[in-house]
Amino acid sequence: MTHGVVPPPATTAAVDGAMARRRGWGWLLLVPGMLYLAVFFVFPTVQLFLTSLYDPSGNYVQGYTLTWHFANYLDAIRDTWNLFVRSFIYAGIATGVCLLFGYPLAYAIAFKAGRWKNFMLVLVIAPFFTSFLLRTMSWRTILADQGPLADFLRTVHILPHDGRLLATSVAVVAGLTYNFMPFMTLPLFASLDKVDHRLIEAAGDLYSSPFTGFRKVTFPLSLPGVVSGTLLCFIPACGDYINAELLGTPKQYMVGNRIQSAFLTEHNYPLAASLSLILMAIVVVMVVAYVRRVGTEELV
Amino acid sequence: MAETNQDLHLEDLTKRFGDFAAVRDLTLTVPNGTFFALLGPSGCGKTTTLRMVAGLEDPTVGRISIGDQDITRLRPYKRPVNTVFQSYALFPHLTIFENVAFGLRRRGVKDYRQKTLDMIELVQLGPYAGRKPAQLSGGQQQRVALGRALINEPGVLLLDEPLGALDLKLRRQMQIELKRIQTEIEVTFVHVTHDQEEAMTMADTIAVMNQGVIEQMGAPEDLYENPVTTFVANFLGQSNLIMTDIIDGTGAEVIVDCQGQKIGVSPERSHAQGRKAWLGIRPEKIFASHVGEGEQADTNVLRGGRISDVSFIGVSTQYLVAMPWEQELMVFEQNTGRRPLFNNGDQVDLSWSSEHAFLLDADQDAHAGMMTPEDRE
Ligand SMILES: Nc1ncnc2c1ncn2[C@@H]1O[C@H](COP(=O)(O)OP(=O)(O)OP(=O)(O)O)[C@@H](O)[C@H]1O
Ligand SMILES: [Mg+2]
Repeated sequence: MTHGVVPPPATTAAVDGAMARRRGWGWLLLVPGMLYLAVFFVFPTVQLFLTSLYDPSGNYVQGYTLTWHFANYLDAIRDTWNLFVRSFIYAGIATGVCLLFGYPLAYAIAFKAGRWKNFMLVLVIAPFFTSFLLRTMSWRTILADQGPLADFLRTVHILPHDGRLLATSVAVVAGLTYNFMPFMTLPLFASLDKVDHRLIEAAGDLYSSPFTGFRKVTFPLSLPGVVSGTLLCFIPACGDYINAELLGTPKQYMVGNRIQSAFLTEHNYPLAASLSLILMAIVVVMVVAYVRRVGTEELV
Repeated sequence: MAETNQDLHLEDLTKRFGDFAAVRDLTLTVPNGTFFALLGPSGCGKTTTLRMVAGLEDPTVGRISIGDQDITRLRPYKRPVNTVFQSYALFPHLTIFENVAFGLRRRGVKDYRQKTLDMIELVQLGPYAGRKPAQLSGGQQQRVALGRALINEPGVLLLDEPLGALDLKLRRQMQIELKRIQTEIEVTFVHVTHDQEEAMTMADTIAVMNQGVIEQMGAPEDLYENPVTTFVANFLGQSNLIMTDIIDGTGAEVIVDCQGQKIGVSPERSHAQGRKAWLGIRPEKIFASHVGEGEQADTNVLRGGRISDVSFIGVSTQYLVAMPWEQELMVFEQNTGRRPLFNNGDQVDLSWSSEHAFLLDADQDAHAGMMTPEDRE
């Protein structure tokens, strides 16, 4: 190497300095988000954890004392394990139905909608323009005992004469499915829209029928969307209480309902806090197990 | 496979997108086991033609057959044809092994493992079988695409500018490799390219395509030495085209008046219809000499040239020679070192043997098919 090619030491130092500065700036960008999380997530979670260990004999007039009462968790599980099971079953079924309906929808928007693509996407998110609560209330009208849907189902003998739609598990799961459908459809669409059409042509060129091409190429490539869609559906559905409250009866109540009443009606803060944390822990474990299983094997 | 008749026939193939005809009345036959190149500038309809053969595009009119089998309406996955795509189109979620095995597994071939490993060896990717396509270089990906198509032993292999994304050195290397594989397994290759050098070095037959039609088809030497249109004359290599009047087209040589000087051209190289014609002559076929020195019995001579530009290229020297009728002609001379170079302003005569010139129809644009320096890389 000739002398002219070697950069003088001063320049090297300057470059290093610039890089260090750039790295410093990169960290700075994280600060607002970290601060936000610290204030609105870490702090309340710690607070929640401490609350879950208060002495349960306290009440909200006289106040609670922190006695590290871990038995709160055992009590919570013993009294409400069936609500947990029901929550996961409802959320699981709702997520499954969302996937079943959302996938063809997302597929059609991504591959067949042509110039209607954007319009259809707007339709998918249109429900967000009104409130969650109002939309769920309107389902009460749709599913009402004297409503046209129930009438019709009775006429075609799918529903027995005295059968109901409202105030059943079906109603709650249907509500959950409806409310979380966009959270499934949008990530699925995003994944499917990215799939290169030429790969599908290549599969056809290599002796795949359209269905085999879908199974071997399109579907595996859309798995990231399946994973994020199912998570975005399942996680909030597990903690939901509006649907069970408005479309079900106490027999259909989910963990969310119990947490809500413990916090807001009974003011039993230790119970409510331990229920919240148990739900959080179970969901985290399930999500990690799920992402690991699907993620490591099939995702690109 | 060599015994059965697997010639590829395209008959009157036309593809319209709306009003626009991307391919028009294309008719050609590719004999089994040959290397066929479809050469043409960007947008001339090469990919569209290939896609019709592969079944990815339906022809508006026409017929495609392999041997006796009409495949015009067959779905792509039922055709004995495989494609190496312009963009490779490797499956990103599958390993190299799985990519190469894809076609065999779809057809339910039992011993696909061994065959796949053999193919991966053939395209020299042994150590990479377990990797994903994104972990390979461009040239390696190109070989995966090739192996993935070849392993199916197709009747016809379609290659859509498979070397387009590679740098010059790697491209030359892959050209040799492709040719080697093609001769080894005797599969019909239809190779699309806009690189004339690539087409000439690899193909047994070249079809030069322009604006949806085939201008000329033949062996590389024939196309180069005896082009029938100005487009081919300019697109394959370079040509000097001079406007002439045909004086006598009946004798042993066609005699033309080239801006006042008489020139003879052999009749089989005369493709002109009317009374006027473009006289074409390749720059390397012209011999420049000092005035009065270059006369021989069988040569044509153009007098009155003056050297106006000299570029020394290394293997050759390229001269521009200004002629009395205000046209500059290109003359290439090999650097044999046997005589000194000309200088700017030297008076020269230009001569060539009469079997080297050709005559083209005067209605055509003399600049058709010319490439800008960027096109040539
Ligand atoms: N689906 C389509 N709809 C409309 N026009 C099209 C379509 N596909 C191709 N064309 C047009 O047909 C012509 C030929 O396209 P084609 O892809 O065959 O070109 P090409 O010769 O392969 O060019 P390149 O060397 O750039 O790949 C182009 O003018 C292109 O714009
Ligand atoms: Mg193309």
